[in-house]
Amino acid sequence: MVAVLCLSIAYAASSTAPKAGPTIVIDKARAGEHCVEDTAFMRKNHMKLLMHQRDETMHKGIRTEKHSLKKCVICHASAKDERVVGSDEHFCQSCHTYAAVKLDCWECHATKAKPAQAAAATTLPAAAVGGEKK
Amino acid sequence: MNQSQHEQDQATQAVDEHRRNFIGASAALAGLTVAPGVVVYGLAQAKPEAEPVTNKVRWGMLIDSSKCADGCTDCVSACHTENGVQSGPLETDPHWIRKVELKDMRTGRQQSLPVPCQHCEEPPCVDVCPTGASFKRADGIVLVDRHICIGCRYCMMACPYKARSFIHETLTDQNPDVPRGKGCVESCTLCVHRVDQGQKPACVEACTKAGHEAILFGDLNDPNSEIAKRIATKATVQLRADLALNPGIRYEGF
Repeated sequence: MVAVLCLSIAYAASSTAPKAGPTIVIDKARAGEHCVEDTAFMRKNHMKLLMHQRDETMHKGIRTEKHSLKKCVICHASAKDERVVGSDEHFCQSCHTYAAVKLDCWECHATKAKPAQAAAATTLPAAAVGGEKK
Repeated sequence: MNQSQHEQDQATQAVDEHRRNFIGASAALAGLTVAPGVVVYGLAQAKPEAEPVTNKVRWGMLIDSSKCADGCTDCVSACHTENGVQSGPLETDPHWIRKVELKDMRTGRQQSLPVPCQHCEEPPCVDVCPTGASFKRADGIVLVDRHICIGCRYCMMACPYKARSFIHETLTDQNPDVPRGKGCVESCTLCVHRVDQGQKPACVEACTKAGHEAILFGDLNDPNSEIAKRIATKATVQLRADLALNPGIRYEGF
């Protein structure tokens, strides 16, 4: 009886504990051990890199992959449906919902990589790993 | 000069030397990076992806209407497949390239020709755009920057070729290379995503595949390119040449 009581208290404490920040969903089924820049830098500045790259590509035809939105999708898409938005379980949306920042990119840009690129980025079979929270 | 002053002078000298070396090294580096910019890249060789496009190149097409088969719409369907355009019969449906049928009423001679964006040297769509979304790239390709386009459609009215369309509906599952979305004006991009990688536009490839070879794509500024040689030796026309817009698309076989 005491054990059950302790367990229920512990459960209640863990479920009510405030989160330190957003739960960013990163799918481990995708290749790459780290992002194109330092993680802390990317969290704060990814939008600046994307904005810069957007003008470079659009107006100057510079199509380097490193800071491109396509590269984001290739690495960060969910292994389940290969998208980066759709629900709070998807990479971009998981943080943008927390931050209450509207995502404009995906009104025009594809949320899914080309099948060949997506296949190249996947190291493990999608079904074997599934989504994992970090 | 006391001891501390002497030490300070020595330190300054050391810093100066370091600066001199650094400036020397950066000048050498700058020399290296400037040199490749001089090289003019042909169609077969793709532009290095980190380098911006230059006005040394001007992309253009020469369309031979005598080779363009009546009733063939391979270029149109290839364009729409490549760019994810779902075109239909409605007036509001987007079209990036149209097949225009011409008939001489006196002789009865019929011919057809594809009409995409003409990629003018003096594009009226760029002149009228209130936000700067319509622009001409250094290599002559006229584009819409959808990040800046507010969808006013002034450019659609200004274009004498009816080349532009407006997206009325929400879109999903676009081609990752060709972002498209509701509320923006769009038109033929000369398959800029392919051209930047050294490939030809989808319509040109489809026409060659169909065996017609009615569309020739190339660099108008390169005197050794096939297109430049052809326009230098054969009679070609620009549509609405009276407007003096100098389109990059030329036609022959009329």
